[in-house]
Amino acid sequence: MNIVVCVKYVPDATADRQFESDKTVDRVGVDGLLSELDEYAVEQALQLKEKAGDDTLVTALCVGPEKAVDAVRKALQMGADEGVHVVDDAIAGSDAAATSLVLAKAIEKAGAETKVDLVVCGMASTDGVMSVIPAMLAERLDLPQVTLASVIETQGDQVRVKRDGDTATEVIGATMPLVLSVTDQSGEARYPSFKGIMAAKKKPLETWSLSDLGVDAGQVGLSVAWTEVQETTARPPRTAGEIVKDEDGSGATALAEFLASKKFI
Amino acid sequence: MSEVLVLIDHVDGAVRKPTYELLTIAKRLGEPSAVFIGSSAQGAEVAEKVKQYGAEKVYVVDDAQIKGYLVAPKAEALQQLAEKTSPAAILIPSTSEGKEVAGRLAIKLESGLITDAVDVQGDGTTTQSVFAGNYTVQAKVTKGTPIITVKPNSAAPEESAGAGTVEEFAATISDSAKKAQIVASQPRKATGRPELTEAAIVVAGGRGTGGNFESVEGLADALGGAVGASRAAVDSGWIPHTFQIGQTGKTVSPQLYVATGISGAIQHRAGMQTSKTIVAVNKDEEAPIFELVDFGVVGDLHTVLPALTEEVTKRKG
Ligand SMILES: Cc1cc2nc3c(=O)[nH]c(=O)nc-3n(C[C@H](O)[C@H](O)[C@H](O)COP(=O)(O)OP(=O)(O)OC[C@H]3O[C@@H](n4cnc5c(N)ncnc54)[C@H](O)[C@@H]3O)c2cc1C
Ligand SMILES: Nc1ncnc2c1ncn2[C@@H]1O[C@H](COP(=O)(O)O)[C@@H](O)[C@H]1O
Repeated sequence: MNIVVCVKYVPDATADRQFESDKTVDRVGVDGLLSELDEYAVEQALQLKEKAGDDTLVTALCVGPEKAVDAVRKALQMGADEGVHVVDDAIAGSDAAATSLVLAKAIEKAGAETKVDLVVCGMASTDGVMSVIPAMLAERLDLPQVTLASVIETQGDQVRVKRDGDTATEVIGATMPLVLSVTDQSGEARYPSFKGIMAAKKKPLETWSLSDLGVDAGQVGLSVAWTEVQETTARPPRTAGEIVKDEDGSGATALAEFLASKKFI
Repeated sequence: MSEVLVLIDHVDGAVRKPTYELLTIAKRLGEPSAVFIGSSAQGAEVAEKVKQYGAEKVYVVDDAQIKGYLVAPKAEALQQLAEKTSPAAILIPSTSEGKEVAGRLAIKLESGLITDAVDVQGDGTTTQSVFAGNYTVQAKVTKGTPIITVKPNSAAPEESAGAGTVEEFAATISDSAKKAQIVASQPRKATGRPELTEAAIVVAGGRGTGGNFESVEGLADALGGAVGASRAAVDSGWIPHTFQIGQTGKTVSPQLYVATGISGAIQHRAGMQTSKTIVAVNKDEEAPIFELVDFGVVGDLHTVLPALTEEVTKRKG
């Protein structure tokens, strides 16, 4: 089986995330890492490989700036076999549509010799949180999309997943090749072992530019984005309100008093 | 005036409240046309509802070839409808399904997409809340037909009479759109409480409840609110994942958020930080949730919640 896992390099959610003067996400001044939600995607890809046997190839694919190669390295340390980092100055500031174009072309290139059976994504990136890239990839690659899976089962080229939808719990079935996205309910991701970290250094890691993918620089980047951010405003921090200690049951009364003053009761 | 397509959010023909909010927003942008993808037998009944919120037209797309599959057929139907009507904008509910439909549609129509808007102005400028609610962003679509997914509670639904003219629309669904099949579906049990993302009041419980959600539910019922939870409570198996609030759960923005036995991790904040009023009960006065609250009680929720529920019930008389 040939599996490509899409991993994004994102600013650390626990750091002070901010915007650049051109209103794009600051991806350089803030510490970055492999998006936590994509660790679940890597984990599921590795589990599928372990089940299917050793001739399965797991390639970690990331589109992002120079430093984003760290996300690919982390995936290799966890156990992915090969890595691809697509980096090109022209990509900076791309919106979801352009990012999905670059990813789709990279997936096509990765499958030029042996077709890609499975594209595995996280449920959302922790910076943009759009949750649209998997659907966009499926659209561009003309593949079925099976998204937001919490349990994944395969039998030959048949895939069955369980997912918790907004209004129902569902079982979805489809045939490979397809695009899969997995949630953080799919099972904790493994930590890279010392052995894994050492082994990762010897794994193939390719760097591709837009010209390697046959994508014209004029199709991507901030200047041709289909959406435009006009203003970013830091939300004023919430000012801490009154805190009372619950002594002799006074806490409940004080809170009720507060709720009444706000007309909630 | 150009039409604005609004995808109706419904469960088996029962229209959900965010639809009326979307119609209200659509009126700022043009002439609202509601799109019902469902059983055409229910079309007239649905039209009666949405015309009260200004729908001039109601396109009924029978879902016989759509409902057994994931989002691809819906995106195809909307594409064909958009090509026929050249709308000024397309508004879609910001559910996980809605966002995926929008994503595919954006590629098909080569149009810009904005997700999770909490407001849309008449000129198409959207407001979004990003980085776990720490920033507000104003954005606009610059190419094609603006496709905007809108979060619940983004506008107060305004009644206004529309013609509600029903028009059947026959979409052509390709075979390749029917490749991801819904093999089985188990509808969620109704709780009798307000929908989490639409509720004006949310009472949430975390690991600190120790699994005692009865007292969380008791308070929610006394206040007429919905019940939510932290991921720790969900992971412990105390409550289903649909009730999770946060980065990988629902985002809520109610008038009142009551956090009980929840520490206030960044991933949890991401889903509740924009609530109007926040109160918390936590036995640890150092818990980060207290940095956000308008009012906090340092105490044991096992005693505070029942006492508060009693007090609320008494005052409400
Ligand atoms: C990728 C990722 C995604 C995540 N997504 C989410 C998400 O969507 N939503 C989410 O909530 N979390 C999410 N998390 C988890 C998050 O980081 C926290 O672990 C989680 O929110 C903690 O839940 P908690 O506050 O209930 O538990 P804890 O952090 O353990 O806090 C429990 C609190 O209860 C208090 N307490 C204990 N006993 C009592 C008592 N008797 N009375 C009163 N107070 C008491 C304690 O003082 C403590 O503050 C995510 C994490 C990751 C890595
Ligand atoms: N730049 C990127 N490089 C690789 N994968 C990405 C990139 N952006 C998004 N993805 C994948 O798409 C998923 C959803 O992202 P998003 O639609 O941005 O929320 C992520 O979890 C990743 O698996």
